[in-house]
Amino acid sequence: MPVIDLNWTAFLASVLVVSTPFLLAALGELVVERAGVLNLGVEGMMITGAAAGIVVAIETGSPWAGFLCAALGGLGLGLVFALLTQGLQSNQVATGLGLTLFGLGFSALLAQGYVGVPAPTIGGPDLGPLRDVPILGPALFARDWVVYLGLLAALGVWLYLFRTRSGLILRAVGEGHDAAHALGYRVRATRVAAIAFGGAMAGLAGGYLTLVRVPSWTDGMTAGAGWIALAIVVFGGWRPGRVLLGAWLFGGAQALQLRLQAAQVPVPVELLSMSPYLITIAVLVAISVRRRAGGAAPACLGQPFRAGA
Amino acid sequence: MIRVEPRPAPSRLWNALTPLLAVALTLAAGALMFAALGVGPGAALRTIFLDPLFDPRLAAFSRPQLLVKAAPLILIAIGLSLGFRAGIWNIGAEGQYLIGAVLGAAAGLALFPAESRLIFPLMVLCGLLGGLLWAMIPALLKAYARTNEILVSLLLVYVAENVVAWAALGPLRNPDGGGFPGSRQLSRWDAASNPELIAGTGAHWGVVAAMLAVVLAYALFARAKLGYDIRLAGEAPRAARFAGVSPPRLVILCFAVSGGLAGLAGIFEATGPSGQIGIDFGVGYGFTAIIVAFLGRLNPFGIVLAGLLMALTYIGGELAQMMVGIPLAAIQALQGMLLFFLLGVDVLSRYRVRLGRARPADVAAAPRAAEAAE
Amino acid sequence: MKTLLLAGAAALLPLATLAQSAGDDPLKVGFIYVGPVGDGGWTYEHDQGRLALEEALGDGVETTFVESVPEGADAERVIQQMALTGHDLIFTTSFGFMDATANVAEQFPDVTFEHATGYKRADNVGTYSARFYEGRAVIGHIAGHMTETGKIGYIASYPIPEVIRGINAAYLAASEVNPDVEFSVVWLYTWFDPAQEADAARALIEQGVDVIMQHTDSTAPMTAAEEAGIVAFGQASDMAAAGPTAQLTAIIDDWAPYYIRRAEEVRDGTWTSEDTWEGIAEGMVELAPFSDRIPEEVRASAQALADGIAAGEVHPFTGPIARQDGTPWLAEGETADDETLAGMNFYVEGIEGDIPD
Repeated sequence: MPVIDLNWTAFLASVLVVSTPFLLAALGELVVERAGVLNLGVEGMMITGAAAGIVVAIETGSPWAGFLCAALGGLGLGLVFALLTQGLQSNQVATGLGLTLFGLGFSALLAQGYVGVPAPTIGGPDLGPLRDVPILGPALFARDWVVYLGLLAALGVWLYLFRTRSGLILRAVGEGHDAAHALGYRVRATRVAAIAFGGAMAGLAGGYLTLVRVPSWTDGMTAGAGWIALAIVVFGGWRPGRVLLGAWLFGGAQALQLRLQAAQVPVPVELLSMSPYLITIAVLVAISVRRRAGGAAPACLGQPFRAGA
Repeated sequence: MIRVEPRPAPSRLWNALTPLLAVALTLAAGALMFAALGVGPGAALRTIFLDPLFDPRLAAFSRPQLLVKAAPLILIAIGLSLGFRAGIWNIGAEGQYLIGAVLGAAAGLALFPAESRLIFPLMVLCGLLGGLLWAMIPALLKAYARTNEILVSLLLVYVAENVVAWAALGPLRNPDGGGFPGSRQLSRWDAASNPELIAGTGAHWGVVAAMLAVVLAYALFARAKLGYDIRLAGEAPRAARFAGVSPPRLVILCFAVSGGLAGLAGIFEATGPSGQIGIDFGVGYGFTAIIVAFLGRLNPFGIVLAGLLMALTYIGGELAQMMVGIPLAAIQALQGMLLFFLLGVDVLSRYRVRLGRARPADVAAAPRAAEAAE
Repeated sequence: MKTLLLAGAAALLPLATLAQSAGDDPLKVGFIYVGPVGDGGWTYEHDQGRLALEEALGDGVETTFVESVPEGADAERVIQQMALTGHDLIFTTSFGFMDATANVAEQFPDVTFEHATGYKRADNVGTYSARFYEGRAVIGHIAGHMTETGKIGYIASYPIPEVIRGINAAYLAASEVNPDVEFSVVWLYTWFDPAQEADAARALIEQGVDVIMQHTDSTAPMTAAEEAGIVAFGQASDMAAAGPTAQLTAIIDDWAPYYIRRAEEVRDGTWTSEDTWEGIAEGMVELAPFSDRIPEEVRASAQALADGIAAGEVHPFTGPIARQDGTPWLAEGETADDETLAGMNFYVEGIEGDIPD
C-alpha cells in the first residue's frame, strides 16, 4: 500500500462542493417519491435549470436572479410532468424519461449563444473564527452559500416530513393514497406540490453546476448527475439524513478517484469510475436485507392514483 | 373543474384516434417551435416526417434504414413490455444490451480468424447469455433480497458503460488497429458478420429476431398461461398470489426475457450496423426502448409502430439538420413533445374527461365499472 | 445498385427542399460532427472552419452539418444520407467515423470524402489531421519555465495515441528546460464532461500543480485555473474568455485554410486523395497570443521553438529519447517517424505513472 499523500482539507472541501448538486436534486426527488411519485426526469429538470440559471445570470449580472430562474426552470418542467402524470394519468416512468429527452434539447436551445461565457458567481458567508479551525475550518466553513443552503435543505426536509402535519399527510399520500383520500386529504394536490418542489430543487442543482461548480454553460453538461441523484434517494432509504450521506459518498468517490490519480497513485480508472455505483448497489442490498419485511420504499411509489377507484 | 373518470373499457374509437391526435398536436407545437427558431415550419416538418419515406432520392435508402434503426428498439421494447405489464421495472436494458454485445463479441474474437459457420450462432448465443446474466443481478436481488429493481438495473447501466470502455481499450482492442481503441470490424469478418439478408431491405438477423419476438409476445399474451399470469400480477397482484403466481419466479422470468432480448439486440448491432465494439458503443437504445414500449401501449404490434415512428424522428431529424439547418436540440425537444402528447392524450382512451363537479352517483359507479373492465 | 441508380436519377431532379438557385449549382459541402457545435472545443473549431469556408467561397458554396452523431451505425447512415442528397464533398470529423466513411465512399465514387484523424484512404477518400504535438511541445516549453512547484497537471481523456503523443511531446519540451519537472496525468475517460473536468483541475491544483494542460474539450479546467489563480493552456480553441488571466496561450485547431483549399480543389476538379498531416508551418495548428504573464525571454524562446518547428529545423521528438521503461527509442539526433507517432502507445522516460491498460 503506497502512502497516499492527499490534501485532506482540500479533499473535504471538494466533497462538499461536488455533492451539493446531488444533494439538492436528491432532496427534491426524495419529497416527490415520499409522496408516491417516481419522476425519472431529474436529469431533464436539472439541465433546464442549469440553462435558465446561466442565461438569466449573464443577462442580469446577478447570480441570485440566476438561481431563482434555475429553480423556476426546473419547476416549470416539473409542472409539465405533474400535468401529464397527475392530470392526464400518464405512466410515470415513460413521462420521466420523456422529460429528460425534452430537457436536454430544450436547454440547448435556451442557452444557444451562451456557450463558454463565464457566469457571475456567488461568494459565501463569513463564518469568522470557524474558518481558522485547523484542517476542518477551511474545508467546512469557507464554502459558498449554496453548500450551506443544501445542508439546511436536508434539515428542512427532515423537519417538514417528520415534524409537521403537512409532511405527515404527504407521507400518508405516498404510503396509501386510497386511505389518504378516504380521510379527506387531497392526494393529487399534494403530489403536484411535491413534484413542483422536486423540480425547483433539481433546477437549483443545475444552477449550481452552471453558476458555481463549472461555472459556464456547455450543451449536455449535467452528464448524468440527475441519474446519480435518483440513485442517492434510494441509497438513502428515502430519509434526508441518509440522502445527505449518500450525496457525500457519491461526491466523495468522484473526488477521491480524481485525487488519487492526481497524487500519482496507480488506480484502475474504469473500476474506480464504476465504484460508486457498485457501492450503492451493495448498500441497497444491505438495506433491503436488513428490512426483509418490506423495504423502505413508499408503498405507492410510481402507482397512479384515481379518485374513487 | 376538470375531472377524469375511468371508462368501463378502453374506448376503441379513442384508441385509434389518440395517436393521430398526438401527432397532430406535435406537428402544431413543432411548427410553433420551428417558427420561433426562424426556420420554415412546413419545410422542417416535411423533412422530418415525410422525406425519409417519400423523397425520391432518399426513400429507397431511408425506408430500409427505418427497419435497421427500429429493430433493436422493438426487440428490447418487446422484452421490457412483459415485465412492465407485470409491474416489474427493468430500466437497465441499456446495460444488458452493452454486456450482451461485449460478451458476444468476445466469444467471436477469441476464435479470430477462424472461418466457421458456427461462430456467428455462438456469438448470438453468448450475446443472449450476456444480457440475461447481467439482468439476473437485479432480478435475483429483487426476488430474494427485495432490493429495488429499478435502481439496481439503472445503476448497472453505468457499470456496463465502464465495462465497454475497458473492453474497447483493453482485451477487445484490435491488435492490428495501430493502438486505436475499438475492436476488430466484426461486420467485415464473414464468420461473424450480420449482413443484410435481402439486398435493399435493411433486414438483418436483428430485424428477423425482432419480428419473431413480436409474434411470440402476441401469442404469449393471447394464449399462454404465462401471459395471463403476467397480466394478473400487474393488474391485481394479490389475486395473482392467490392464483399461485410466484412473485420471485415472475421477476426472474421477466428479467431473463428482457435481458436476453436486450443482449441479442446488442450482439446483432455489434456484428451488423455498428460493426464493432467501440468506446461509445452504447447510444441509448435501451432507454429509448422504454419510451417505445410505452408509446406502443405495451402491445406487441403497437410497439412495432412506435419503434418505426421513433426511428423516423431520428432519421428525419438527421435529414432536417442537414437540409434545413435545424439544430439537434430542436429535434430532441420535438421527440420529447411527441412523447408528452402521446402519453397525455392517451387519457382519452382510458378515461372520460368531464367538466364540472363529480356527482355522487358517478363516484359510486366508478369502482364497479373499473372492476368490470378487468 | 438500385440505391445508386435512384440517386443518379434524383440528382437530375430539382431539389425539393432546397432553395432554388439560378445558374451554376453551388458546391455542396457537408460536415459530420461528433459533438454539439456548442462544445466550445473540437466540434466548435470544425464548425468555425465550415463558416470560414462559407465566407470564403460565398455563393459558390453551400454547407450543411449534422451534430452529435454517434460513432457506428448512425454515422454510416448520416454520411450516406449526405451522399444521397447531392453533397459533393463530405468532411467526417472524428476518428470513430473512419469505417463508416470508408464504407459509404465505396458506394459513392463520385462524391469526395475527407476523414479527420484516420488512416483509411481510397480514390475518393482523403485523410487529414493536425500535428497537435507541435503545439504541445511549445506549451510544454512554456510550462517548464512557468512552473514554480515543478508540478504540471495534465487532464487526459482516453489513453489513445493522439493523447499519449501530446503528453510525451509536452513532457519532453518541459523537461528540456526544467529537468525536475513532474507530470500528473488524470484520465477522465470522456472527451467532454465539464463538471468532472473542473473537479480534475481542482484535484490537481490541490496536489500542488501550478500549471494545467488539458486534452479534453470543455473550458471548465481553464475556469478552474482562473479561479485558483494559477495558469493553464487552452485546448482546441482560444479559451481566453474562460480564463482571461489564467490562459498563457492555447493550441488552436484552425481547419479553415484546409477546408477552403480542399473545397476549391473539388470545385476545380483538381482534388486527389492525400494523407494530410499539417502543423504549425501550414497554419493548421496555431497558438493563441502569448499572455503577458510569460516573461519576455520565455515568450521569445517559445516563439523561436514554434518558428523552428515551422521551418522544419526542430522536431519535438528528437533523440536521444528512451521509453518509460528505459529501453532506447530514438538515438542521438534521430527523429521519430510518422508511423510510430501515429500509433504511439508508450510514455517516454521520465513520466511517472502507467498508461491505463
